[in-house]
Amino acid sequence: MKPYNNKAWWLVLPVFVLVAFSAIIPMMTVVNYSVQDIFDPSTRYFVGTEWYREILADPRLHDSLLRQFIYSFCVLAIEVPLGIVVALSMPRRGLGVPFSLILLSLPLLVPWNVVGTIWQIIGREDIGLYGWILNSLGLDYNYASNPRDAWITVLVMDVWHWTSLVALLCYSGLRSIPDVYYQAARIDRASHWAVFRFIQLPKLKNVLLIAVMLRFMDSFMIYTEPFVLTGGGPGTATTFLSQTLTQMALGQFDLGRAAAFSLIYFLIILLVTWVFYTAMTHNDNKE
Amino acid sequence: MGWMAWTLPTALFFAGIALLLVAMTVWQTVSPGRERKGFLPLTTSRGDRLFIGLLASAYGHLLVLALTDWPLWVATAICATGMAIIMKWG
Repeated sequence: MKPYNNKAWWLVLPVFVLVAFSAIIPMMTVVNYSVQDIFDPSTRYFVGTEWYREILADPRLHDSLLRQFIYSFCVLAIEVPLGIVVALSMPRRGLGVPFSLILLSLPLLVPWNVVGTIWQIIGREDIGLYGWILNSLGLDYNYASNPRDAWITVLVMDVWHWTSLVALLCYSGLRSIPDVYYQAARIDRASHWAVFRFIQLPKLKNVLLIAVMLRFMDSFMIYTEPFVLTGGGPGTATTFLSQTLTQMALGQFDLGRAAAFSLIYFLIILLVTWVFYTAMTHNDNKE
Repeated sequence: MGWMAWTLPTALFFAGIALLLVAMTVWQTVSPGRERKGFLPLTTSRGDRLFIGLLASAYGHLLVLALTDWPLWVATAICATGMAIIMKWG
């Protein structure tokens, strides 16, 4: 007896071909680069795992990796709770629904480099609203010279740009909860907190996992916004992994080292994504 | 294919991965496996265990390169043993 009908796998073939050309073949090329010292396309020397040893001992990688993890952690710690609060405060019916949905979608429509430029202007103490207000309050704010201010501005910019995504995902999760749950809660005279804790939060679990996964991946490979806003500075205060990688690959044209760096970067993202994916499918199986 | 900057070791590596995937497909077709629970803290299929084993091997190699002066074949031998353990009892 044949336990599975595997013919459906043919339907996956177009996607596989697409992914092969957009991801697998370029990735194989990166692996090939990572074991060679490349001067130009015809002059390259096999160096084995030398680049990996060097990159793994490189303090620049350690520093940007630490900054990247702190940044992604802060982004998640702010955007996820804030997104839930925004979703809970959104109207459930009436004209307010389309209005708030459009309002929340607006930041998501702004391209990354434009977001960086907007915040570059908003953060200025002479003509920018945000910088001017903070300085008027007596705070010595300058994102171009103070690492703490640069960090706060980069984080606020990300929160402004992406909290909407978490809020919209949570809102769709909240809308899919059947009304009978709320009716049962009303009969039991459950408090707002109890409704949130025992009805809404468990029902939001899968949506939240997707939100956390998307926001982690996006924040972990962030490049354009901090590059436009601070250029990675002051010093290297806001130089994250992707910028260090770009400097290495395009600035110094050190393709072998950059390829080894890329693969380590990829392995980190792959591990974290797999953990989230496993957690998600594990939840689905339990349900 | 010149633009892909192939070397013999990387070609052998990818050929090995491709053969592994073909062998797993044939194995699954000839004798279908079921999801089960081993020493890993989750229910896994053969494919899951292969992925976990490959990912763990990648990290194992990086750890050896970062923390020791051992030659690479030592890391490969340790990871191959780990991979076999995960496939059998994971």
